[in-house]
Amino acid sequence: MSQGFADFWRTIYRNKKSFSGVIILAVFIFMAIFGPMLASLDMTVKFDNRYASPSWSHWLGTDYGGRDTLLQLVYGSRDVLTIGLFAALFTLVIGFVVGAVSGFAGGRTDTALMFVTNLFLTIPSFPVLMIVAALVQIKNPVSFSFILAVWSWAPLARAVRSQLLSLKNREFIVACRIMGLRMPYILSREILPNLTPYLAINFIMAAQGAIVASVGLMMLGLAPYSPTNWGMMIQLAVQNTGGIFNPKGYIYLISPILCLGLFQMSCIFFSNGLEEALNPRLRSN
Amino acid sequence: MSPRGIAKRIGMSAVTVLLAMLLTFVLLRMTPGSAIDSWARDYATQRGMSLEEAYRQITAMINYNPNEPLLTQLGRYLGGLLHGNLGMSMIYQNVSVNEIIANALPWTLFVLSISLVISFLIGINLGAMMAFRRKSLLDPIVSIYAIITSSVPNFIVAILLLVVFSFQFGWFPVNGAYDPVVEPGFNLPFLSNVLYHGALPILTYVITTLGTWALTMKGSAVNVLGEDYIVAAGIRGVSERTLMSQYVKRNAMLPLITTLAVNFGFMLGGSPLIENVFSYPGMGYYIGQATQQRDYTLMQGLLLVTSVAVIVANLASDLIYARLDPRVKLEEG
Repeated sequence: MSQGFADFWRTIYRNKKSFSGVIILAVFIFMAIFGPMLASLDMTVKFDNRYASPSWSHWLGTDYGGRDTLLQLVYGSRDVLTIGLFAALFTLVIGFVVGAVSGFAGGRTDTALMFVTNLFLTIPSFPVLMIVAALVQIKNPVSFSFILAVWSWAPLARAVRSQLLSLKNREFIVACRIMGLRMPYILSREILPNLTPYLAINFIMAAQGAIVASVGLMMLGLAPYSPTNWGMMIQLAVQNTGGIFNPKGYIYLISPILCLGLFQMSCIFFSNGLEEALNPRLRSN
Repeated sequence: MSPRGIAKRIGMSAVTVLLAMLLTFVLLRMTPGSAIDSWARDYATQRGMSLEEAYRQITAMINYNPNEPLLTQLGRYLGGLLHGNLGMSMIYQNVSVNEIIANALPWTLFVLSISLVISFLIGINLGAMMAFRRKSLLDPIVSIYAIITSSVPNFIVAILLLVVFSFQFGWFPVNGAYDPVVEPGFNLPFLSNVLYHGALPILTYVITTLGTWALTMKGSAVNVLGEDYIVAAGIRGVSERTLMSQYVKRNAMLPLITTLAVNFGFMLGGSPLIENVFSYPGMGYYIGQATQQRDYTLMQGLLLVTSVAVIVANLASDLIYARLDPRVKLEEG
């Protein structure tokens, strides 16, 4: 196991793209976990301190209410990453279960489940998310993640199903079935380990997609529960500062955008190397 | 493709449309009763009629009465849809959802189709060139470009374009689909004004989708380049130019045509964000308005029409693809 672990990191390390992805991701995770402990954010409005330029006390200056921009980014990263984490988890669980049951059971169950999956694939998810966000009051990152996941599992379910169809008739699975092992057992003990690399990459991509969607919803003002979430910061920069008209608000507008872009890019880079690290067949010597 | 395959594919789409209707019905049913009550109260005082009368008229206008049994509600809703009636808007006074959509849909389709065509054409040409000249600088440049544009969400690109080109340089308008001073109609000033207002939204879509088209095309073209008939044509002395345009590009393009519909759906789904940034009065803009102001009838109407548009686009691309590539047979069985 430890050997595999070392191999894993060596492959990641050798792939320069994925290594830089890991580093950036680690910085963001560190920022989300420890950042709020290191400094406390004061969100009271101080009008005399509005739009301060970057200085030693405010590294990225202050926003329209005189609050420190950098600290808001740090506090927001916690919310953003929580949404990414939970949404990816939920997406993975729903997608895996639907896809696996569908592929394994076959027949009517398969047809019915795939029909539902196709429905979720065709109906454009973002408008639905907007409407759901308008109907349900989103108050915390976990319920937010759940709503995001409900509309994002379909592509994964379809992919898991097709992987399963090819795994299903392999000898080791056939052997399990002949031994009379039950479906949940085979799925969790035999199938799941074989799909781990695939699921790991999808975890990253699902987190990335969920964060984009959540930022989009916040930008439209449909989930206004956390003023420091990057999406909310962008919205506030556009609405309250007139971030687009007012050059003084540019740092406040640009910094969450940069964080978001950097985070997205690190996800793409990391998953790029992850595929290589987890799938020995792709590894080149 | 057999007529039976076509019929089956169309039947599937019809069932999907039906399910989309059920979904919008469920969303409409989640409307808080108080929203309808307060609307009825306003309506009654405005028209000077009794509350019951106002309530009756309103439920007739929106095809939905929360006090009826579930099946009657569904029957009333579907009946309304079959008459092509999506109900009245709750916020925009005395305007039907049909009218709003009739005004909004052309703008969205205009922007989406132009962007799709532009980015598709540039993308496939770039991709083919990348596959042809594997050693050139083009490949790494486009790859980096694709990574950057796929990590920055398109609505962010929209904001940045708006900041730079509309506010800093003042080259492009800030909102709307055309200036109120020009006379709408089929004349040059109006058309150029429409293009001028649509330029930034179109540019946003083109910038953000271009890289993916190029990379997909490159992958497809590299596969085609390995085929025997390409090698044979090369040996026969077919010039490189002809080889690229007549042999490689045409064949490599085929699989990309199916993704056109998927991309159309994706762009349509993302349009609320783009259109709200540019205040461009398309479908997405109104979905944004409807959700922010809690206009439940408008929401369901817009969602239904958007979904039907995507379903139809998918159907069309399947049928066209099967026609273009004789090797494809629609799944039977």
